[in-house]
Amino acid sequence: MLLEMKGITKRFPGVLANDGIDLEVEEGQVHTLLGENGAGKSTLMKILFGLYQQDEGEVLLRGKPLSIGSPSEAIDVGIGMVHQHFMLVPTLTVAENVALGLKSGRGALTDLDAVSKRINEISEAHGLSVDPSVEVWRMAVGERQRVEIIKALYRDATLLVLDEPTAVLTPQEVDDLFVILRRMTDEGRGLIFISHKLHEVMALSDEITVLRNGAVTGHTRPSETSREQLAEMMVGRSVKLVPDRPHVTAGEPRLVIKNLEVKGDRGTMAVEGLNLDVCGGEIVGIAGVSGNGQKELAEAVAGLRRAEGSSHIMLNDVDVAQLDTRKRRDLGLGYVSEERMTDGAIGEFSVSENLILVDHGSEKFTKGKFLDFKAIREQGETLVKKFAVKTPSIDTPVSSLSGGNIQKVILARELTAKPSVMVVAQPTRGVDIGSAEYIHSQLIAQRDVGTATLLISEDLDEVIGLSDRIAVMFEGEIVAIIPSEEAERDKIGLLMAGVFDS
Amino acid sequence: MKKLLGASIPLLAALVAFFFGAIMLVALGASPWEGLTSLASGAFGSGDRIAATLVKATPLILVGAGISIAFRTSVVNIGGEGQIVAGALLSTMVALAIPDVPRILLVPIVMVAGLVGGAIAGAIPGALKAYASVNEILSTIMLNIIMLQFMNFLLRGPLIDPLEVEAGTRIPQTARLSDNAALPTLVSGSRLHLGVVIALLAAVAAWAMLWRTPLGFRLRAVGHSPAAARSAGIKVERHITYALAISGSLGGLAGAILVFGSESQRMVTDGSTAGFTGSAGFNGIVTALFGGLHPLWTIPSAVLFGGLLTGATNLQRALQVPAALAVALNGIVVIFVVSSNRVRSRLEELLQARSEFKNSSGGDGPSADVDSLIEEVEHA
Ligand SMILES: Nc1ncnc2c1ncn2[C@@H]1O[C@H](COP(=O)(O)OP(=O)(O)OP(=O)(O)O)[C@@H](O)[C@H]1O
Ligand SMILES: [Mg+2]
Repeated sequence: MLLEMKGITKRFPGVLANDGIDLEVEEGQVHTLLGENGAGKSTLMKILFGLYQQDEGEVLLRGKPLSIGSPSEAIDVGIGMVHQHFMLVPTLTVAENVALGLKSGRGALTDLDAVSKRINEISEAHGLSVDPSVEVWRMAVGERQRVEIIKALYRDATLLVLDEPTAVLTPQEVDDLFVILRRMTDEGRGLIFISHKLHEVMALSDEITVLRNGAVTGHTRPSETSREQLAEMMVGRSVKLVPDRPHVTAGEPRLVIKNLEVKGDRGTMAVEGLNLDVCGGEIVGIAGVSGNGQKELAEAVAGLRRAEGSSHIMLNDVDVAQLDTRKRRDLGLGYVSEERMTDGAIGEFSVSENLILVDHGSEKFTKGKFLDFKAIREQGETLVKKFAVKTPSIDTPVSSLSGGNIQKVILARELTAKPSVMVVAQPTRGVDIGSAEYIHSQLIAQRDVGTATLLISEDLDEVIGLSDRIAVMFEGEIVAIIPSEEAERDKIGLLMAGVFDS
Repeated sequence: MKKLLGASIPLLAALVAFFFGAIMLVALGASPWEGLTSLASGAFGSGDRIAATLVKATPLILVGAGISIAFRTSVVNIGGEGQIVAGALLSTMVALAIPDVPRILLVPIVMVAGLVGGAIAGAIPGALKAYASVNEILSTIMLNIIMLQFMNFLLRGPLIDPLEVEAGTRIPQTARLSDNAALPTLVSGSRLHLGVVIALLAAVAAWAMLWRTPLGFRLRAVGHSPAAARSAGIKVERHITYALAISGSLGGLAGAILVFGSESQRMVTDGSTAGFTGSAGFNGIVTALFGGLHPLWTIPSAVLFGGLLTGATNLQRALQVPAALAVALNGIVVIFVVSSNRVRSRLEELLQARSEFKNSSGGDGPSADVDSLIEEVEHA
């Protein structure tokens, strides 16, 4: 037995995050942890990695009791971790990030060239294309994740924890990753894998442990279960995996994008002459491999990135291409950014403060010149209940919520503003299936009352399941628009990869 | 519990600073006990002394509250000195221009002029930071120097007291300003004037603005995360400018109070900024840090530092030690307060965890030895 965790209990203020959890991982196996947002998966893994100390319970590595006081001790005994939220320093290059915290053979100085060389070897061997000399802040989320994986591979971990590594990867990248992971288990390494995507769990796992409210509620194998059953074990009730989407006749165009040109972070054109309409009562989904300009498109529509002079973005017949975000929001725009930790919420602010981040100045939340705390509290309590946000209280800082719950806070805020046009990027990334079901139903309900929704998601199933029309984006342009009735996974996949003929 | 901790840590830092002060006194061959008592009696020993301390604390309260606002918006304001001078100059010019307006109007008018002068001096580096990415630490410091030169130019030239020119002494000071602009005294025969009350009200207003109004909400949002604030539709550049302008306006108000609360009832300098401000622009930073960047806590903090400043003169006279000792004490307090801020946040976490556990499960708090660097990187 590679790893045994016995009776692990961990308490946070007001939360029992882990409640006597047992977990066993064998050499050469992929052990999946499955559970709703806030079930305690990351907490358990952080205990294993020495980031938290358990209150009770013990950890055994190859039968020997282990006390892991810090991540560097964990790395020393061969435990690696790819974190859910990136642990990279944005201003440093890939090589510098990998070198950070490494024990170097040359005393205080680290040989960055040697590090770069090994990174190139690793990334080539595993098909993770990453340039060691690029600064991390210039990279898209998907690329950053690859750096995290390289970091762990570089340290040659025998037990590797992957906390939602696929949340930010494209389907193709996920396939590639799984090949790498399989190769790692073939070498005898043990893997702990966390994902909310059930088809991935079914495809990759040897063993599955299900957590709910900090305790183990079940244990199974892919051969003995189904996606529906797993969903039920996690949530405690049956879950609709594909959303119901009643037919609604689309109305007038509310968002009209004409000849949109946007530069990316590297200064080159990321969106090149894009044209797209979204009508009231319609969800248009953008399907595309990450890095084809989706992020720039979303930010340009939201007013967070400059659109070049000849671009037009018509929001309810007003050209907003050169207006600021405030004016666009006042004209009825809602926006859910793909970067929830940096753009979507303020970590130090409480749940209720984050819920009024956009509307704090409106009549509803002010009394004269002052904030109306009674109304703010009421709004907080209502939305936390309505969106089932798992938090000790509405005064808890958002940074101590689990990833999926932060996402729910952001969606709750944006959806209750009743936007006329909504841009939603990666709405269920890292969100558990119970909550994803709820978020999907809310997006559809919003569509049914006439909102025009532009959905950007790297989860192709989500795009196909939610969209009335699917726009395939490739190299900054829309290369095809497909009505949902004609949507075929494989055909879209080819278009996304830039294969247009036949 | 948390509040108590917030207060006790700076006090502890002050105690440590006094301990070091005592060592310095011993090194200077004086009795530390006598030193302490003469310092205390110099600061709080009589009604007059207390009044002097409060008058000294007044600009510190204002600048400290302003600094708190700037820092909460993640803007560093080192320009207190220049902002005080700007407020003083503008209010002085207004008083020279319209000396005959009745007192009930002129006093508020010159106070507002002070606010406006300081706000302009704050808005300039604010706008430079927001729209041209000019580092505000550098620009506020440079503006201090510019304001100093401007003050010397005005007080030696255009604004100089005609009597000084006649007499040929040319002391850089304005003529005696209109009595209608003088801040009324609160207790007759004492130096305690309305400026003290204005400062207290301003500190309360600063607190309410930060935590009770949409503007303060936006400033704090920008302070924590400009990216999230921007995507929520908050105009980040504008609010950075506001933060420095508001911060500066409180400095400018302090400048006006220094002029119209002074006994000489004129603006006078010895050619240095400190000669007019008494370094309140810098000491205000210390005051704000000592008060935990909380406008209300800057009030007791300012009284303490005001006391230190007035008491030091007494200490110097009684024990024949250099007045620079007070400056050294100031510095020591800064070092301890700043370094204790980290300790404080740690302790707060622990305490909060402990107390919540008593209410819930009765367990032990989370261990504090989480690798803080990694955690910080994670939150970044
Ligand atoms: N540092 C912390 N301080 C306080 N509470 C915390 C902290 N970290 C986690 N929690 C709480 O512990 C619980 C478990 O969180 P954890 O991050 O382990 O969930 P998770 O299963 O990883 O969820 P997700 O799928 O959303 O990532 C949550 O209720 C969370 O709010
Ligand atoms: Mg997690």
